[in-house]
Amino acid sequence: MIEGLHKAFESRVRLGIMAVLTVNDEVEHGTLKELLSVTDGNLASHMAALTALKYVLVRKRFIGNRPNTAYKATAAGTKAFKDHLDAMGRLLKKDLRQ
Amino acid sequence: MDHNDPRSDLAHIRSLMERSTRFISLSGLSGVFAGGVALVGAWVAQHHVAGHLGSGADALTYGAVRYEVSKADSLTITLLFDAMSVLAVALLGAFWFTWRRSKRLEQGLWDASAKRLTWNLLIPLAAGGMVCLSLMYHGLPGLVAPATLVFYGLALLNASKYTLDEIRWLALSELVLGVIASFWIGAGLMFWALGFGVLHIVYGGLMWVRHERDQTNV
Repeated sequence: MIEGLHKAFESRVRLGIMAVLTVNDEVEHGTLKELLSVTDGNLASHMAALTALKYVLVRKRFIGNRPNTAYKATAAGTKAFKDHLDAMGRLLKKDLRQ
Repeated sequence: MDHNDPRSDLAHIRSLMERSTRFISLSGLSGVFAGGVALVGAWVAQHHVAGHLGSGADALTYGAVRYEVSKADSLTITLLFDAMSVLAVALLGAFWFTWRRSKRLEQGLWDASAKRLTWNLLIPLAAGGMVCLSLMYHGLPGLVAPATLVFYGLALLNASKYTLDEIRWLALSELVLGVIASFWIGAGLMFWALGFGVLHIVYGGLMWVRHERDQTNV
């Protein structure tokens, strides 16, 4: 295991979630689902893992009668994702040297 | 889960970050089309101004048109109608070309990035439009052309954070033209044609060459 690579980001969906959340203030469930081309269930289960780690905050509310869920990256989540990206960058460099 | 190839993961991440914040479906062809429409509109306006001032008048000196008792005279109304038609046709064209491109890129036409782009463009533009109406109202039609250029430039500058980088350069060019035009009111129509016609065609063409040309057969 390379130092800094984070187990929580091993899935592509989770990487995608963090990529979108770190460059946006707050993203709605539907928008995220569309961007990542995943199903509701798939997104929800990855989200559950990320919220359990306190990397993502969930805000649920109603707009009229419809439930509206939005997500936000926490400071810890942003940092973990950045570290992971750095580690991936280092891995790539090492790869090129071999 | 496929085991991660960091190279493709990074590319995936970069594309998601880009797509989720910027509206990249904006088509350069909509700029080229709007530029063409603006040139036709400017030609029509010049024709009317020349007719109004009588033969021998420099067609580009629309700023010299005197507005005395009646501010809502026929020339003002004609020019206003001309400008509104240009705006409507140009917007329709922009919408159509962008819709076509968003289908190709599979980016929704009215997603969060498109909304952000639209609001950031419309707020300064609407304020500018109202100021231009007030300039007409106060009998200062000569300042309308430079004001539309300046406000359009500011609106684009504001919106450029949420779309392709070329828009920022288009915005700065419009601002420079608008400021020059404000000191050279007599040539307002010429500057207007340069800003809304020529610049749109140049930057629209550039955007098309850079982002779309290779994808037209996809």
